[in-house]
Amino acid sequence: MVSRVTRNVAISRLWWVLCISSLVGALLVLLSLFGFVFVRGVAAIRPEIFFTVTQGIAGGLANAIVGTLLLVTLAIVLVVPVGIGAAVWVTQFAPDRLRIVVRLSIDVLFGVPSIVVGYFLYVALVETAGWGFSLVAGSLALAIIMLPYVYRAADLAFSAVPRDLVEASVALGARPLTTFVRVAFPWALPGTLTGLLIGVGIAVGETAPLIYTAGWSNYMPTLAPTHSPVGYLTYVVWTFINEPFKQSHQLAYAAAFLLMIAIFVTNFVARAGVEYWASRTRSHS
Amino acid sequence: MLAGVLTSVAAGICLLLVVLMLVFLLWYTWPAIRYNGLSILNDMTWNIGNQYGTGSSVHNGVAAEPGAEFGGLVFLVGTLLSALLAMVFAVPLALGVALTIVYRLPERLRLPVNALIELMAGIPSVVYGLWGTIVLVPWVGNRVAPFVTHHFGFIPFLGGDAGSGNGLFAAAIVLAIMVMPIMVATVRDVLLAQPKSIFEASMALGSTSWQAVTHAVLPSVRTGIVGAILVAFGRALGETMAVLMVAGNAINILPHNIFSPINTIAAVVVSQLESAVSDASGVAQRSLAELALVLFVISLTVNTVARVAIRGQDRSH
Repeated sequence: MVSRVTRNVAISRLWWVLCISSLVGALLVLLSLFGFVFVRGVAAIRPEIFFTVTQGIAGGLANAIVGTLLLVTLAIVLVVPVGIGAAVWVTQFAPDRLRIVVRLSIDVLFGVPSIVVGYFLYVALVETAGWGFSLVAGSLALAIIMLPYVYRAADLAFSAVPRDLVEASVALGARPLTTFVRVAFPWALPGTLTGLLIGVGIAVGETAPLIYTAGWSNYMPTLAPTHSPVGYLTYVVWTFINEPFKQSHQLAYAAAFLLMIAIFVTNFVARAGVEYWASRTRSHS
Repeated sequence: MLAGVLTSVAAGICLLLVVLMLVFLLWYTWPAIRYNGLSILNDMTWNIGNQYGTGSSVHNGVAAEPGAEFGGLVFLVGTLLSALLAMVFAVPLALGVALTIVYRLPERLRLPVNALIELMAGIPSVVYGLWGTIVLVPWVGNRVAPFVTHHFGFIPFLGGDAGSGNGLFAAAIVLAIMVMPIMVATVRDVLLAQPKSIFEASMALGSTSWQAVTHAVLPSVRTGIVGAILVAFGRALGETMAVLMVAGNAINILPHNIFSPINTIAAVVVSQLESAVSDASGVAQRSLAELALVLFVISLTVNTVARVAIRGQDRSH
């Protein structure tokens, strides 16, 4: 009897050791990845790469940095009104049945592989509409990829606005629009911004949907909406590591390093936002 | 009222986007669907045809370059195999990590560990691909593959050519690492949503903590875990860049062992477009769109099943 208990306890211990080692293993992989990117990246970063453009296999990253910023900024401009607008409609105006349909279509969009979005925009805009590789096509691709993140966060945030606050505002005689602008919107803003930041983090790191929409360019991006390809950081990581030259490898490492820093920052700010938001919600209840 | 109209337009865009994508891809692909018939799913050869030849090859009234054949079997098999193998690696790992976080981690370590897992989910695909190319692939090619093929070669699919490191195994490892955080987060939330009393009641009856987990907790969250696995599987099927960088870009050949080069639908859409653009008949580009459409439908199916599973879990408590 005792031996069976001891055996069960031993088995239990053994499995837990395996579980804990899987966590340790995952953290070691993460460490290997961070270490690799940071060690190689720091060694590859030189001040000039911020001021010179890529020249074939060497040069700097100025065009890619500016291109990534441009593509993501335009994507934010495109996705904010649609994502937040849709969430506002669903939470404030929509009849029940349509509310479910919009949420469902967002869920479906979440599952669409980013390469499918990219290829769709390639055939639709770059080829059929004749825009060529362009800023707008690339930004649209990023906007579609960000949309579910922005929508979901906004939907959650607006759904969480406390009823009693809204009712108090209405009871004081405020018009619906005033109630929305002065009560619901400020309440939902931090949560929505957090979702937007997570979306920005995803967009900065995207490659597949940009290759055949934004294209690639060795020159500084122009502000032309169409017929002008745009360079971006992820492209450098993907292609330059396969070139047989040391300078191009250095650029790939530097680009990966900059991407990781960008992801770190957006992630950190988004998390801090979540904490702030949670503490504010707690203080209300 | 104006606000209602404006926001309903935004909602309409969200609603129509997926439909528009499907309909447009279907319209664009139609000639390729007619040209290829079933061969897009069961033919091994991808060949855009002789661009300098005379005449053309016609199927069902659609003309392509002579000898053109657009078989997607290699890519379909590669997509499914790499995603399945990734699940074999990722599922036990993710379950172990999630169980550790929920039942074994001291309170003050939870926040940093959760933050790291979340960060892992945000790392760009190309960065995983870069790490895979420089760190993982040489390790697989120089150590793992020779060791496994030498000592375990008698097991089917493990023997034979050890290869260069680029291939199915490396792709599955990278995919497993990439989808693990998503799976951990979902399983963790499912476990945390379960009443603590299930675990405690089982412990009170004298079971060990591991018995409490395997006999009481896990059976009660089975559908939620299946949902989490399917969501991760859907992600793995559609992942592009990291796979493209480590899978070995196989064309017209099926993998003969776990270390063979493969190709996936997502990766081939990127790597073959340049050559497809040179096809004057345009069927090659449309066939790539057909592959994208196949991937779209597979992902849609997997995600729908996952949603139904997770919904079922939510309803059960």
